Amino acid sequence: MPAVNAIKGIGHRTINAVWRIGVATRFFLLTLTHSGSGFRRFHLIIKELFSTGVMSLIIIIVAGLFVGMVLGLQGYETLKRYGSESALGSMVALSLVRELGPVVAALLFASRAGSAMTAEIGLMRATEQISAMEMMAVNPIARIVAPRFWAGVISMPLLAALFSAVGVFGGYLVGVVQIGVDEGSFWSQMQSAVDFREDILNGVIKSFAFGIVVTVIALFEGYDAPPTAEGVSGATTRTVVTSSLAILMLDFVLTAIMFRGA
Amino acid sequence: MERTTIDLWVGVFVVAGIGALVMLAMKVGNLGTYNVSEAYQVHAYFSNIGGLKPKASIKSAGVLVGRVTDITLDTERYEAKVVMSLDKRYQFPKDTFANILTSGLLGEQYIGLVPGGDEEVLGNGEQLKMTQSAVVLEDLIGKFLYNKADEPAK
Repeated sequence: MPAVNAIKGIGHRTINAVWRIGVATRFFLLTLTHSGSGFRRFHLIIKELFSTGVMSLIIIIVAGLFVGMVLGLQGYETLKRYGSESALGSMVALSLVRELGPVVAALLFASRAGSAMTAEIGLMRATEQISAMEMMAVNPIARIVAPRFWAGVISMPLLAALFSAVGVFGGYLVGVVQIGVDEGSFWSQMQSAVDFREDILNGVIKSFAFGIVVTVIALFEGYDAPPTAEGVSGATTRTVVTSSLAILMLDFVLTAIMFRGA
Repeated sequence: MERTTIDLWVGVFVVAGIGALVMLAMKVGNLGTYNVSEAYQVHAYFSNIGGLKPKASIKSAGVLVGRVTDITLDTERYEAKVVMSLDKRYQFPKDTFANILTSGLLGEQYIGLVPGGDEEVLGNGEQLKMTQSAVVLEDLIGKFLYNKADEPAK
Protein backbone atom coordinates (compact mmCIF):
# COMPACT_ATOMS: atom_id res chain seq x y z
CA MET A 1 0.00 0.00 0.00
CA PRO A 2 2.19 2.87 -1.22
CA ALA A 3 -0.46 5.52 -0.48
CA VAL A 4 -0.70 4.55 3.16
CA ASN A 5 3.07 4.45 3.41
CA ALA A 6 3.32 7.96 1.97
CA ILE A 7 0.80 9.24 4.51
CA LYS A 8 2.72 7.40 7.23
CA GLY A 9 5.85 9.16 6.05
CA ILE A 10 4.17 12.57 6.29
CA GLY A 11 2.91 11.75 9.77
CA HIS A 12 6.32 10.55 10.88
CA ARG A 13 7.98 13.73 9.64
CA THR A 14 5.40 15.97 11.26
CA ILE A 15 5.79 14.22 14.60
CA ASN A 16 9.56 14.46 14.29
CA ALA A 17 9.41 18.17 13.47
CA VAL A 18 7.09 18.95 16.37
CA TRP A 19 9.23 16.86 18.68
CA ARG A 20 12.38 18.72 17.63
CA ILE A 21 10.70 22.10 18.15
CA GLY A 22 9.66 20.97 21.61
CA VAL A 23 13.16 19.78 22.50
CA ALA A 24 14.66 23.00 21.15
CA THR A 25 12.25 25.08 23.26
CA ARG A 26 13.12 23.07 26.36
CA PHE A 27 16.80 23.56 25.51
CA PHE A 28 16.24 27.32 25.19
CA LEU A 29 14.44 27.49 28.55
CA LEU A 30 17.20 25.42 30.19
CA THR A 31 19.75 27.87 28.79
CA LEU A 32 17.84 30.78 30.28
CA THR A 33 17.53 29.16 33.71
CA HIS A 34 21.23 28.29 33.75
CA SER A 35 22.31 31.77 32.67
CA GLY A 36 22.76 32.96 36.26
CA SER A 37 25.94 30.97 36.81
CA GLY A 38 27.09 32.01 33.35
CA PHE A 39 26.92 35.65 34.36
CA ARG A 40 28.83 34.90 37.57
CA ARG A 41 31.69 33.64 35.40
CA PHE A 42 31.66 36.66 33.17
CA HIS A 43 35.07 35.98 31.63
CA LEU A 44 33.50 33.02 29.79
CA ILE A 45 31.03 35.38 28.11
CA ILE A 46 33.86 37.77 27.26
CA LYS A 47 35.85 34.95 25.67
CA GLU A 48 32.82 34.01 23.56
CA LEU A 49 32.19 37.67 22.69
CA PHE A 50 35.68 37.66 21.26
CA SER A 51 35.14 34.63 19.07
CA THR A 52 31.59 35.54 17.93
CA GLY A 53 31.61 39.34 17.95
CA VAL A 54 35.15 40.55 17.39
CA MET A 55 35.99 37.88 14.83
CA SER A 56 32.86 38.83 12.83
CA LEU A 57 33.81 42.51 12.76
CA ILE A 58 35.77 42.46 9.52
CA ILE A 59 33.14 40.66 7.45
CA ILE A 60 30.40 42.90 8.88
CA ILE A 61 32.26 46.13 8.19
CA VAL A 62 33.35 45.19 4.68
CA ALA A 63 29.89 43.88 3.78
CA GLY A 64 28.22 46.97 5.27
CA LEU A 65 30.47 49.31 3.31
CA PHE A 66 29.73 47.57 0.02
CA VAL A 67 26.00 47.23 0.64
CA GLY A 68 25.87 50.95 1.42
CA MET A 69 27.85 51.81 -1.70
CA VAL A 70 25.59 49.70 -3.89
CA LEU A 71 22.53 51.32 -2.32
CA GLY A 72 24.00 54.73 -3.06
CA LEU A 73 24.65 53.83 -6.67
CA GLN A 74 21.36 52.06 -7.37
CA GLY A 75 19.32 54.58 -5.39
CA TYR A 76 20.87 57.45 -7.32
CA GLU A 77 20.12 55.83 -10.68
CA THR A 78 16.48 55.29 -9.71
CA LEU A 79 15.88 58.61 -7.96
CA LYS A 80 17.47 60.52 -10.83
CA ARG A 81 14.51 59.58 -13.03
CA TYR A 82 12.18 61.49 -10.73
CA GLY A 83 14.58 64.34 -10.20
CA SER A 84 14.77 63.68 -6.46
CA GLU A 85 18.42 62.84 -5.98
CA SER A 86 18.33 64.79 -2.73
CA ALA A 87 16.24 61.99 -1.17
CA LEU A 88 19.18 59.61 -1.60
CA GLY A 89 20.28 60.02 2.01
CA SER A 90 16.90 59.13 3.47
CA MET A 91 16.55 56.17 1.12
CA VAL A 92 19.96 54.73 2.01
CA ALA A 93 19.51 55.31 5.73
CA LEU A 94 15.95 54.00 5.96
CA SER A 95 16.63 50.82 4.04
CA LEU A 96 19.75 50.14 6.09
CA VAL A 97 18.37 50.95 9.53
CA ARG A 98 15.03 49.23 9.06
CA GLU A 99 15.86 46.16 7.01
CA LEU A 100 19.28 45.56 5.56
CA GLY A 101 21.29 46.28 8.69
CA PRO A 102 19.56 43.78 10.99
CA VAL A 103 18.83 41.17 8.32
CA VAL A 104 22.10 41.04 6.39
CA ALA A 105 24.14 41.32 9.59
CA ALA A 106 22.16 38.40 11.04
CA LEU A 107 22.63 36.31 7.90
CA LEU A 108 26.36 36.96 7.96
CA PHE A 109 26.42 36.27 11.68
CA ALA A 110 24.64 32.94 11.17
CA SER A 111 27.11 31.77 8.57
CA ARG A 112 30.21 33.21 10.25
CA ALA A 113 29.59 32.62 13.98
CA GLY A 114 26.58 30.29 14.09
CA SER A 115 28.22 27.59 11.98
CA ALA A 116 31.37 27.80 14.11
CA MET A 117 29.31 27.42 17.29
CA THR A 118 27.54 24.34 15.95
CA ALA A 119 30.75 22.69 14.76
CA GLU A 120 32.49 23.41 18.05
CA ILE A 121 29.76 22.02 20.27
CA GLY A 122 29.07 19.12 17.90
CA LEU A 123 32.73 18.15 18.05
CA MET A 124 32.69 18.47 21.84
CA ARG A 125 29.82 16.04 21.88
CA ALA A 126 31.58 13.70 19.38
CA THR A 127 34.80 13.63 21.41
CA GLU A 128 32.75 13.08 24.59
CA GLN A 129 33.93 16.29 26.27
CA ILE A 130 30.33 17.03 27.22
CA SER A 131 29.91 13.61 28.83
CA ALA A 132 33.19 14.18 30.67
CA MET A 133 31.84 17.44 32.06
CA GLU A 134 28.68 15.73 33.22
CA MET A 135 30.85 13.12 34.93
CA MET A 136 32.64 15.91 36.80
CA ALA A 137 29.25 17.32 37.88
CA VAL A 138 29.75 20.40 35.71
CA ASN A 139 26.55 21.34 33.97
CA PRO A 140 27.46 21.60 30.27
CA ILE A 141 24.51 23.93 29.62
CA ALA A 142 25.76 26.42 32.20
CA ARG A 143 29.43 26.02 31.26
CA ILE A 144 29.28 25.79 27.45
CA VAL A 145 25.87 26.82 26.14
CA ALA A 146 24.81 29.80 28.27
CA PRO A 147 27.96 31.93 27.71
CA ARG A 148 27.75 31.39 23.96
CA PHE A 149 24.06 32.25 23.97
CA TRP A 150 24.58 35.54 25.78
CA ALA A 151 27.61 36.41 23.71
CA GLY A 152 25.51 35.96 20.56
CA VAL A 153 22.58 37.95 21.94
CA ILE A 154 24.85 40.82 23.02
CA SER A 155 26.96 40.99 19.88
CA MET A 156 24.14 40.79 17.32
CA PRO A 157 22.63 44.28 17.87
CA LEU A 158 26.11 45.80 18.06
CA LEU A 159 27.09 44.18 14.77
CA ALA A 160 23.83 45.30 13.14
CA ALA A 161 24.37 48.89 14.33
CA LEU A 162 27.92 48.83 12.99
CA PHE A 163 26.66 47.44 9.70
CA SER A 164 24.09 50.24 9.34
CA ALA A 165 26.54 52.96 10.35
CA VAL A 166 29.22 51.76 7.95
CA GLY A 167 26.57 51.32 5.25
CA VAL A 168 25.40 54.92 5.63
CA PHE A 169 29.03 55.97 5.32
CA GLY A 170 29.35 53.85 2.16
CA GLY A 171 26.25 55.49 0.71
CA TYR A 172 27.75 58.87 1.57
CA LEU A 173 31.01 57.96 -0.16
CA VAL A 174 29.31 57.00 -3.41
CA GLY A 175 26.45 59.50 -3.34
CA VAL A 176 28.16 62.65 -2.12
CA VAL A 177 31.89 62.18 -2.68
CA GLN A 178 31.80 60.34 -5.97
CA ILE A 179 28.56 61.31 -7.73
CA GLY A 180 28.20 64.72 -6.16
CA VAL A 181 24.75 64.79 -4.55
CA ASP A 182 24.46 67.88 -2.36
CA GLU A 183 25.91 67.06 1.04
CA GLY A 184 23.53 69.27 3.01
CA SER A 185 20.38 67.79 1.53
CA PHE A 186 21.82 64.26 1.86
CA TRP A 187 22.15 64.58 5.64
CA SER A 188 19.17 66.84 6.35
CA GLN A 189 16.69 64.71 4.35
CA MET A 190 18.08 61.67 6.14
CA GLN A 191 17.58 63.25 9.54
CA SER A 192 14.05 64.38 8.81
CA ALA A 193 13.09 60.94 7.47
CA VAL A 194 14.65 58.66 10.10
CA ASP A 195 12.91 58.61 13.44
CA PHE A 196 14.82 57.39 16.47
CA ARG A 197 12.06 55.33 18.03
CA GLU A 198 10.22 54.21 14.89
CA ASP A 199 13.23 53.25 12.80
CA ILE A 200 16.43 52.91 14.80
CA LEU A 201 15.00 51.39 17.95
CA ASN A 202 12.83 48.96 15.97
CA GLY A 203 15.91 47.92 14.03
CA VAL A 204 17.72 47.23 17.29
CA ILE A 205 14.78 45.17 18.58
CA LYS A 206 14.80 43.21 15.32
CA SER A 207 18.48 42.41 15.61
CA PHE A 208 17.98 41.32 19.24
CA ALA A 209 15.32 38.87 18.09
CA PHE A 210 17.56 37.61 15.29
CA GLY A 211 20.44 37.20 17.75
CA ILE A 212 18.30 35.02 20.02
CA VAL A 213 16.98 32.91 17.13
CA VAL A 214 20.35 32.38 15.43
CA THR A 215 22.27 31.46 18.57
CA VAL A 216 19.54 29.14 19.86
CA ILE A 217 19.40 27.30 16.52
CA ALA A 218 23.20 27.09 16.30
CA LEU A 219 23.62 25.86 19.88
CA PHE A 220 20.77 23.39 19.69
CA GLU A 221 21.95 21.90 16.39
CA GLY A 222 25.44 21.49 17.85
CA TYR A 223 24.22 20.03 21.11
CA ASP A 224 21.85 17.68 19.30
CA ALA A 225 24.27 16.62 16.53
CA PRO A 226 24.91 12.88 16.07
CA PRO A 227 28.46 12.26 17.41
CA THR A 228 29.98 11.43 14.04
CA ALA A 229 31.90 13.43 11.46
CA GLU A 230 28.88 13.24 9.16
CA GLY A 231 26.53 14.27 11.93
CA VAL A 232 28.55 17.39 12.77
CA SER A 233 28.80 18.47 9.15
CA GLY A 234 25.06 17.92 8.65
CA ALA A 235 24.27 19.90 11.79
CA THR A 236 26.47 22.79 10.62
CA THR A 237 24.67 22.90 7.29
CA ARG A 238 21.29 22.75 9.02
CA THR A 239 22.29 25.65 11.27
CA VAL A 240 23.03 27.95 8.35
CA VAL A 241 19.96 26.91 6.35
CA THR A 242 17.47 26.93 9.23
CA SER A 243 18.67 30.16 10.80
CA SER A 244 18.75 31.98 7.45
CA LEU A 245 15.17 30.95 6.74
CA ALA A 246 14.14 31.77 10.31
CA ILE A 247 15.69 35.24 10.04
CA LEU A 248 13.86 36.04 6.82
CA MET A 249 10.51 34.75 8.04
CA LEU A 250 10.81 36.42 11.43
CA ASP A 251 11.79 39.62 9.65
CA PHE A 252 8.55 39.60 7.71
CA VAL A 253 6.51 39.06 10.87
CA LEU A 254 8.36 41.76 12.82
CA THR A 255 8.12 44.23 9.95
CA ALA A 256 4.39 43.60 9.67
CA ILE A 257 3.99 44.31 13.39
CA MET A 258 6.33 47.29 13.60
CA PHE A 259 5.89 49.28 10.44
CA ARG A 260 2.28 48.75 9.50
CA GLY A 261 0.46 52.02 9.22
CA ALA A 262 3.68 53.99 9.62
CA MET B 1 45.44 34.40 23.13
CA GLU B 2 46.10 36.19 26.40
CA ARG B 3 43.22 37.23 28.54
CA THR B 4 44.06 40.96 28.54
CA THR B 5 44.26 41.02 24.74
CA ILE B 6 40.85 39.40 24.52
CA ASP B 7 39.49 41.92 27.02
CA LEU B 8 40.93 44.76 24.97
CA TRP B 9 39.41 43.55 21.72
CA VAL B 10 36.01 42.86 23.26
CA GLY B 11 36.14 46.34 24.78
CA VAL B 12 36.93 47.84 21.38
CA PHE B 13 34.08 45.86 19.83
CA VAL B 14 31.50 46.95 22.41
CA VAL B 15 32.60 50.58 22.30
CA ALA B 16 32.50 50.56 18.48
CA GLY B 17 29.04 49.00 18.46
CA ILE B 18 27.60 51.47 20.96
CA GLY B 19 29.38 54.29 19.14
CA ALA B 20 27.71 53.20 15.90
CA LEU B 21 24.33 53.22 17.63
CA VAL B 22 24.88 56.72 19.03
CA MET B 23 26.07 57.91 15.63
CA LEU B 24 22.94 56.45 14.02
CA ALA B 25 20.75 58.17 16.60
CA MET B 26 22.45 61.57 16.34
CA LYS B 27 23.65 61.87 12.78
CA VAL B 28 21.20 59.66 10.87
CA GLY B 29 18.14 59.93 13.10
CA ASN B 30 16.38 62.98 14.41
CA LEU B 31 17.43 62.68 18.05
CA GLY B 32 20.14 65.29 17.67
CA THR B 33 17.97 67.90 16.01
CA TYR B 34 14.70 67.84 17.83
CA ASN B 35 13.88 67.13 21.45
CA VAL B 36 10.31 66.02 22.10
CA SER B 37 10.48 66.26 25.87
CA GLU B 38 10.46 70.05 26.02
CA ALA B 39 7.44 70.82 23.92
CA TYR B 40 3.99 72.33 24.26
CA GLN B 41 0.85 71.38 22.40
CA VAL B 42 -1.42 73.65 20.41
CA HIS B 43 -4.15 72.75 17.97
CA ALA B 44 -5.83 74.33 14.97
CA TYR B 45 -8.79 73.59 12.70
CA PHE B 46 -8.38 73.47 8.95
CA SER B 47 -11.17 73.05 6.42
CA ASN B 48 -8.81 71.03 4.22
CA ILE B 49 -5.40 69.70 5.12
CA GLY B 50 -4.51 68.38 1.67
CA GLY B 51 -1.67 65.88 2.01
CA LEU B 52 -0.52 66.87 5.50
CA LYS B 53 0.61 63.89 7.56
CA PRO B 54 1.49 63.30 11.19
CA LYS B 55 5.13 64.15 11.90
CA ALA B 56 5.12 66.82 9.21
CA SER B 57 7.32 69.74 10.14
CA ILE B 58 6.13 73.09 11.46
CA LYS B 59 8.19 76.03 10.38
CA SER B 60 8.26 79.67 11.18
CA ALA B 61 10.35 81.91 8.94
CA GLY B 62 11.73 78.69 7.51
CA VAL B 63 13.04 77.44 10.86
CA LEU B 64 11.84 74.08 12.16
CA VAL B 65 9.93 74.78 15.39
CA GLY B 66 7.86 71.62 15.90
CA ARG B 67 6.03 68.64 14.47
CA VAL B 68 2.44 67.67 13.75
CA THR B 69 1.52 65.00 16.29
CA ASP B 70 -2.06 64.10 15.47
CA ILE B 71 -4.68 64.72 12.78
CA THR B 72 -8.36 63.88 13.34
CA LEU B 73 -11.67 64.86 11.84
CA ASP B 74 -13.79 66.85 14.28
CA THR B 75 -17.32 65.60 13.63
CA GLU B 76 -18.96 68.66 15.25
CA ARG B 77 -17.45 71.14 12.85
CA TYR B 78 -16.47 68.70 10.07
CA GLU B 79 -13.06 70.19 9.98
CA ALA B 80 -9.64 68.62 10.42
CA LYS B 81 -8.20 69.09 13.89
CA VAL B 82 -4.41 69.21 13.75
CA VAL B 83 -2.49 68.87 17.00
CA MET B 84 1.02 70.27 16.91
CA SER B 85 3.80 70.08 19.40
CA LEU B 86 6.05 73.11 19.37
CA ASP B 87 9.49 73.55 20.86
CA LYS B 88 9.40 75.31 24.28
CA ARG B 89 12.15 77.67 23.18
CA TYR B 90 9.83 79.33 20.67
CA GLN B 91 6.83 81.29 21.95
CA PHE B 92 4.22 82.62 19.55
CA PRO B 93 1.64 85.41 19.97
CA LYS B 94 -2.01 84.43 20.36
CA ASP B 95 -2.99 85.70 16.92
CA THR B 96 -0.44 83.60 15.04
CA PHE B 97 -1.56 82.57 11.58
CA ALA B 98 -1.19 78.90 10.53
CA ASN B 99 -0.88 78.05 6.82
CA ILE B 100 -0.49 74.69 5.18
CA LEU B 101 2.28 75.11 2.65
CA THR B 102 4.11 72.89 0.23
CA SER B 103 7.87 72.67 -0.05
CA GLY B 104 8.64 72.84 -3.73
CA LEU B 105 6.05 72.21 -6.41
CA LEU B 106 5.24 68.62 -5.49
CA GLY B 107 7.15 68.30 -2.22
CA GLU B 108 5.79 67.35 1.16
CA GLN B 109 3.42 69.62 3.01
CA TYR B 110 4.21 71.47 6.20
CA ILE B 111 2.63 74.09 8.43
CA GLY B 112 4.01 77.59 8.29
CA LEU B 113 3.42 79.87 11.28
CA VAL B 114 3.23 83.62 10.73
CA PRO B 115 3.26 85.47 14.07
CA GLY B 116 0.78 88.28 14.67
CA GLY B 117 1.11 91.30 16.92
CA ASP B 118 -0.60 90.15 20.12
CA GLU B 119 1.21 90.78 23.41
CA GLU B 120 0.08 87.49 24.97
CA VAL B 121 1.71 84.23 23.94
CA LEU B 122 0.15 80.83 23.22
CA GLY B 123 0.09 78.40 26.12
CA ASN B 124 -0.16 74.63 26.27
CA GLY B 125 -3.45 73.28 24.83
CA GLU B 126 -4.56 76.53 23.25
CA GLN B 127 -5.96 76.97 19.79
CA LEU B 128 -4.61 78.76 16.77
CA LYS B 129 -7.70 80.64 15.56
CA MET B 130 -6.56 81.83 12.16
CA THR B 131 -5.76 79.17 9.63
CA GLN B 132 -5.48 78.78 5.92
CA SER B 133 -6.10 75.45 4.24
CA ALA B 134 -3.88 73.59 1.89
CA VAL B 135 -3.93 74.56 -1.74
CA VAL B 136 -5.38 71.60 -3.59
CA LEU B 137 -3.92 71.38 -7.05
CA GLU B 138 -7.17 70.12 -8.61
CA ASP B 139 -9.12 73.13 -7.28
CA LEU B 140 -6.48 75.45 -8.61
CA ILE B 141 -6.57 73.90 -12.06
CA GLY B 142 -10.39 73.94 -11.98
CA LYS B 143 -10.43 77.64 -11.12
CA PHE B 144 -7.92 78.37 -13.83
CA LEU B 145 -9.97 76.54 -16.47
CA TYR B 146 -13.13 78.27 -15.32
CA ASN B 147 -11.49 81.69 -15.64
CA LYS B 148 -10.16 80.79 -19.07
CA ALA B 149 -13.63 79.77 -20.21
CA ASP B 150 -15.02 83.12 -19.02
CA GLU B 151 -12.53 85.12 -21.05
CA PRO B 152 -13.86 86.36 -24.39
CA ALA B 153 -12.35 84.56 -27.32
CA LYS B 154 -9.72 86.57 -29.17
